[in-house]
Amino acid sequence: MAIFEYGDVSIEVDEDGFMLEPDQWNEEVAAALATTEAVEELTEEHWKVMNYLRDYYLEFGVAPMIRKLCKETGFPLKKIYELFPSGPAKGACKLAGLAKPTGCV
Amino acid sequence: MATNETPLLDELEKGPWPSFVTEIKRAAAGNEMAKDVLLQLEKSYRDKVGYWKHGGIVGVMGYGGGVIGRYSALPEEFPNVSHFHTLRVNQPSAWFYTADALRSICDIWEEHGSGLTNMHGSTGDIILLGTRTEQLEPVFEKLTAHGFDLGGSGSDVRTPSCCNGMARCEFACYDTMAACYDFTQEYQDELHRPAFPYKWKFKFSGCANDCVAAIARSDLSIIGTWRDDIKIDTAEIKAYADGGMDIESDVCGNCPAHCIDWDGKQLAIDNSLCLHCMHCINVMPKALAPGDDKGAVILIGAKAPIIEGALLSSVFMPFIKMEAPYREIKDVVEEIWDVWCEEGKARERIGEFIQRVGLGDFLEAIGVEPIPEMVAVPRENPYIFYEEFFEEDDEEGEDE
Repeated sequence: MAIFEYGDVSIEVDEDGFMLEPDQWNEEVAAALATTEAVEELTEEHWKVMNYLRDYYLEFGVAPMIRKLCKETGFPLKKIYELFPSGPAKGACKLAGLAKPTGCV
Repeated sequence: MATNETPLLDELEKGPWPSFVTEIKRAAAGNEMAKDVLLQLEKSYRDKVGYWKHGGIVGVMGYGGGVIGRYSALPEEFPNVSHFHTLRVNQPSAWFYTADALRSICDIWEEHGSGLTNMHGSTGDIILLGTRTEQLEPVFEKLTAHGFDLGGSGSDVRTPSCCNGMARCEFACYDTMAACYDFTQEYQDELHRPAFPYKWKFKFSGCANDCVAAIARSDLSIIGTWRDDIKIDTAEIKAYADGGMDIESDVCGNCPAHCIDWDGKQLAIDNSLCLHCMHCINVMPKALAPGDDKGAVILIGAKAPIIEGALLSSVFMPFIKMEAPYREIKDVVEEIWDVWCEEGKARERIGEFIQRVGLGDFLEAIGVEPIPEMVAVPRENPYIFYEEFFEEDDEEGEDE
């Protein structure tokens, strides 16, 4: 498996760049992963999304449905894509240290 | 490729039929990706194991759909297909292309991908098979420069598709291509940024012949129909009879509503019973034609047999005139999406959702009045519950 390195951060990731061991996640890791998803700086709004995703994931073991994410954070989907240009599943979940979401093609 | 590298796949080249193996071999002559696809598939056939990993999340910036991630489970053995992502590209309405447009797609794909295409996928998109993650943005950039856009994938509005309608078909009861284009433009956000419980497909067929299989494959099937009488040209009917057609057997005998009579000279249709199935018109296209008051019937809830069983869509709006901007249909669709997104389970299609909550509750939630045409199997179930005759103490009375 690939190793992702940035500054002091060194973590194992899969082909899509998702963490293989989400336990190793911390804020420094999030900031490092942000560089791979066209997120220049993690603002308070980014953290609002990531904290919600993380809390939900730790409680239920899966990522929330996107509509729920929008409702709970108060951000319309367009805003989420502005914050995370690669989208909530690829960008936001990756930075929040969630396991890779599964989806249907 | 050496002739002895793929003995099992070579079996699929025998016989008079077209062979995907032959086609991929041709591509492999100039493309290492196409070559490794064949070698990995040969190994899969030999070992009886699929060597594609499940899923992957890749895409282009700003879009959540349109790219399906695919990785080889044996990247060291088949390095050229370690990444083999699929792109879905929104096809033009009814698949009309110029030769130049087709060439531009093929040129882009030969430069940035395997060169292999699937024209077209079952949803209708142009499918570009096999590229690497770092090629996605350059491909997307070039496709958009040539006027193409990615299609849908995942839990979003899938690329709408339509039959060729009035462009080539005299049976089309509305302009399917115009409607398909209009809905595609209207719902760009829902198409590119998945936010639904599961996929949602629109398909537009100009008549009940349903050339895009809307009734079997789309969550919202918009199928052309008419509400006045079938048009009859008596001279042409005589010509069919004189030409040897057995009208009694081939037309009357196959009418599902048994509403056509033929006395050897005159054809009579009881239009009040007609099911608008198109059969008689198909058999005698010069003599019979759809009426003049044309529009569409809207049906809801079809799906292919993935996860749960297959469903055909059911009548939802029996007749509507198809005129841009189609606001009446869009208002109902958006109401349905609100309810489905709020109450639907993950990976639950709208047809399954309606089955789970019941048609009555579904209609109440979206604010649509039930009508007799919505009954899937009329006159079959005698236990009909009339809410207006129900009083609160009725149940208590039964208990006593």
